[in-house]
Amino acid sequence: MAYPDDLKYTKDHEWARPNGKVVTVGITDFAQDHLGDVVYVELPKVGEQVKKGEPFGVVESTKAVSELFAPVSGKVVEVNTPLVDGPESINEDPYEEGWMIQVEVDDAKELDGLMTADAYQKFLAESEE
Amino acid sequence: MTDFPKTSPGASGLQLREGLLFEAGTPGRKGASLPAAGVPDVDPAAELPAELLRGEIDGMPELSEPEVVRHFVRLSQWNYGIDSGPYPLGSCTMKYNPKSSEAFARLGGFAQAHPMLPEEDCQGALQLGHELERALSEIAGFAATTLQPAAGAQGELCGLLMIRAYHQARGNPRKKVLVPDTAHGTNPATVTLAGYQAVKLPSGKDGVVEPAAVAAALDEDVAALMMTNPNTLGLFERNVREIADLLHAKGALLYNDGANLNALVGVARPGDMGVDVMHFNLHKTFATPHGGGGPGSGPVGVVEALVPFLPIPTIRKILPHEHGPAHFSLDFDRPKSIGRLRTFWGNFGMWVRAYALIREWGPEGVRKTAQLAVLNASYLRKLLEGDYHLPFSAASLHEVIFSDRKQRDHGVSALDIAKRLIDHGFHPPTIYFPLVVPGALMIEPTETESPEAVEALAAALKAIAREAVEDPKAVQAAPTRTLVRRLDEVRAARQPVLRWKPKAAER
Amino acid sequence: MRYHPHTDADVRRMLAAVGAPSLEALFASIPEGLKLKRPLRLPDAIDEHALGDYLAGLAGKNRAAPPFLGAGAYPHHVPAAVDQLLLRSEFYTAYTPYQPEVAQGTLQAIFEFQTFVCLLTGLEVANASMYDGATACAEAALLALRLHRERRKVVLSRALHPAYRDVVHTYLVPGGAEIELVPYDAKTGRTDPAVLARALDAKTAIAILGSPNFFGIVEDVKSAAAAAHAAGALLGVAVTEPLSLGMFAGPGDLGADIAMGELSSFGNGLNYGGPGVGFFAAREAFLRQLPGRLCGETVDLDGRRAFVLTLSTREQHIRRENATSNICTNNGLCALAATIHLAILGKAGLRELALVNWRRAHYARHALGGGRFSGPGFNELVVPADGAALARARERGLVPGLPLGRFYPELEGQLLTCVTELHDRARIDSLVEALRG
Repeated sequence: MAYPDDLKYTKDHEWARPNGKVVTVGITDFAQDHLGDVVYVELPKVGEQVKKGEPFGVVESTKAVSELFAPVSGKVVEVNTPLVDGPESINEDPYEEGWMIQVEVDDAKELDGLMTADAYQKFLAESEE
Repeated sequence: MTDFPKTSPGASGLQLREGLLFEAGTPGRKGASLPAAGVPDVDPAAELPAELLRGEIDGMPELSEPEVVRHFVRLSQWNYGIDSGPYPLGSCTMKYNPKSSEAFARLGGFAQAHPMLPEEDCQGALQLGHELERALSEIAGFAATTLQPAAGAQGELCGLLMIRAYHQARGNPRKKVLVPDTAHGTNPATVTLAGYQAVKLPSGKDGVVEPAAVAAALDEDVAALMMTNPNTLGLFERNVREIADLLHAKGALLYNDGANLNALVGVARPGDMGVDVMHFNLHKTFATPHGGGGPGSGPVGVVEALVPFLPIPTIRKILPHEHGPAHFSLDFDRPKSIGRLRTFWGNFGMWVRAYALIREWGPEGVRKTAQLAVLNASYLRKLLEGDYHLPFSAASLHEVIFSDRKQRDHGVSALDIAKRLIDHGFHPPTIYFPLVVPGALMIEPTETESPEAVEALAAALKAIAREAVEDPKAVQAAPTRTLVRRLDEVRAARQPVLRWKPKAAER
Repeated sequence: MRYHPHTDADVRRMLAAVGAPSLEALFASIPEGLKLKRPLRLPDAIDEHALGDYLAGLAGKNRAAPPFLGAGAYPHHVPAAVDQLLLRSEFYTAYTPYQPEVAQGTLQAIFEFQTFVCLLTGLEVANASMYDGATACAEAALLALRLHRERRKVVLSRALHPAYRDVVHTYLVPGGAEIELVPYDAKTGRTDPAVLARALDAKTAIAILGSPNFFGIVEDVKSAAAAAHAAGALLGVAVTEPLSLGMFAGPGDLGADIAMGELSSFGNGLNYGGPGVGFFAAREAFLRQLPGRLCGETVDLDGRRAFVLTLSTREQHIRRENATSNICTNNGLCALAATIHLAILGKAGLRELALVNWRRAHYARHALGGGRFSGPGFNELVVPADGAALARARERGLVPGLPLGRFYPELEGQLLTCVTELHDRARIDSLVEALRG
């Protein structure tokens, strides 16, 4: 499983990639593996507000449905709409092609509260489902 | 590689391919035998606005009766039913469906009785309903039972709505319902539908709910605990009485999911254990046919305190003032009722079947059912305990849970085992449930399987366990003897095609 | 007991293998204090023949001859072929098709059922069936409320079947949604679209009409749909008598978003009101909100077309704020019966049977002086009938209809009568004579 060092991670298995005021969000390799083949993803519209810790969408596989929780608060400025017709990108390339939304953050300090790649892997080892 | 002719019953037969109804036939063909109107031949277009009307529907099939019959006969041959062979699905209680019940349900006075008949014209139907209600209440130990819910899930909703009404009548509906982690998926979904928050309760190390865990989660916001007893691990929830007392002391109620009643009938009664409300599954313990996914029937038994909240109508027996026959009536005058759950009174056709079986069992037969169900499951467990991993050492009742842990070492999963069992001529057990056991195989033979059938099932599972070691690829490739092989379920979900379309409608 | 194969010798042998001294010992995990210490108080076991006699006696106390009753359940002829096919073990003794490789018969039949429902309703997707029409109606309300969480109102026509309205109420109580009733027009028996429009606002999630409604009158669905959409709400149409769709336009063709109701008129007897077979169809956009099971087409490893239950995660959905239905069962065998009957009727037969019903009801309506309501009916009509008329009908051995006063106090003295292909002209004439006096 891959956990790129330049990303931040949440307990709900989302990742966040900051780029100035804009943060790109997706789900981790662990999450996509756990879900199985993704069949559908429901994403917000550009312009919508998301709040840290609250659901912003849904990802569905043949065996499970999971909510997607926002790692930061802010306004959605970009949505990866090709995912709707090609949800398999989430399985094949969760950190690049499988990106989900881009959020213009209200408060960049929110990212400090998220886990590093090391901390996330430790968290996974401890949770051991 | 397993040598099939020697180790499994029968040989592959001839199954004929068949397309969709809509792909066959030809314009002008008709399969119906219809009467003439026998009244003036009025043209609707002359009397009604054109925009309200339609002509013949494009895409409807045009087939003769022989073509229709052949179509469905061929389709039926692709199916496996309990009449084909053992169907050991855990928690589903797939037992033999009595043939006499099918005949009884088809009696003209039952099959053609209209639900809105004046009461004097349907006393037989109401009497049967009353007698079934009395029998179910006695079997499970309740003051009264509603026959209205359509199936188990609706029975759960009925039970929770009654719990809600009970608390509401006391001034506070409360907020939470405790649900053990071994519960069936419908339980938490029903909790939410009933307006409560589902709070997960972890089971103890040996698979049952511990009173300490209940006490820790219990407060004045808890309306009820939803338990399945025996639980989905096949274990009796031995702390049930203590848990009921804890709940009652806090004013909360105990709901029992009666899906596993087959282990208890005639031996113990949930109503005697402190359970306040329980749903029955007539399509499980009481052998009404599963029909490829329904219809079921989910009566709900309640203690005296919940009787006022039963859905309307109930069936009332009116004893005569003088010496005349009893009269049966639908009682709608119940001001505290949770209301109606159905268009009419319940799945009467399933009431007839369940009633017939209970009458044929008699009190001794009811008890024998649970005893033999548990005997069969215990025997199967003994036969297989060397070949499959047993996650719980405690004695199980009418079903046994194994896991695929041993086979996983060779790359063979519960799914592979299930599919290979099909090649041996058996329907697979329940797999991957309950969730607390990874790679679970939940096997429930039921009491209608002979010892030989149980032994044959065990022999097939033993053969698969051996094959998992010697030739795991063969197991992973299963099934190989069926009409179709493993399906692409991802494609079905990613590109949903849920109907046939006429050519003109295609994009 | 014939369904218990085990002989005493079998039991002894198996107990020895398990290491238990007796059958009772197998229940050691149940605390003694919780066990039943007495025999169950049930009638003694009875043999098949005696039971058959007893049940024939009970069945004999019910009227089987077709009454002039509809009100949500319609007497129709079920062809013999339907029941004989239904009695094929592989259909009725099969479980839910979770192992599709050994259930392609059930699954293909469900796919055909879903197709029929789409053809009848004019909508794009349909599920594998529901418990009955009233619960399907409640599910439509729940879907609309899920879709627009900020809208908490459901508008129902008072002409919608009273039981359907009651069940919607039962299902909506926990979530706290509001139900508003819209009156029907006293002259036409229809819901007036202008009156409906006044009840719709930004708080309305869905408006639901019956069509034909409880009085057997076909509603102006097109105008109602326009009114609903103008308010940003959905329009649901409940169909209790689907045979009407053999000659009347499908709700989807008239702008409805959801069509649901009861399909028992096809292939299923009356069975004293159950089991039924509910149906649920909607626009494609609502696919992921649909309650119940769905069967979809796919391929197997060898590329062969096959069918499988799909999108099943919606069913086990345990997202609390977004609870979808908890429904587990579809009414598989009843749906199969409807599918077989529809296949037998086919394109021409469906319309022909609908016209027989409409023409006979039309004949009765004219003979009875036109009926209470002027709106377009299918096979039911509302006519005045006082106590004397009802008594005359009774003397002729007829059940003339359902007195409406119990459900609509303003319609005291009115009778809801249903005429189908089971009522020949002579019988209709007898009814007419009785009611006219």
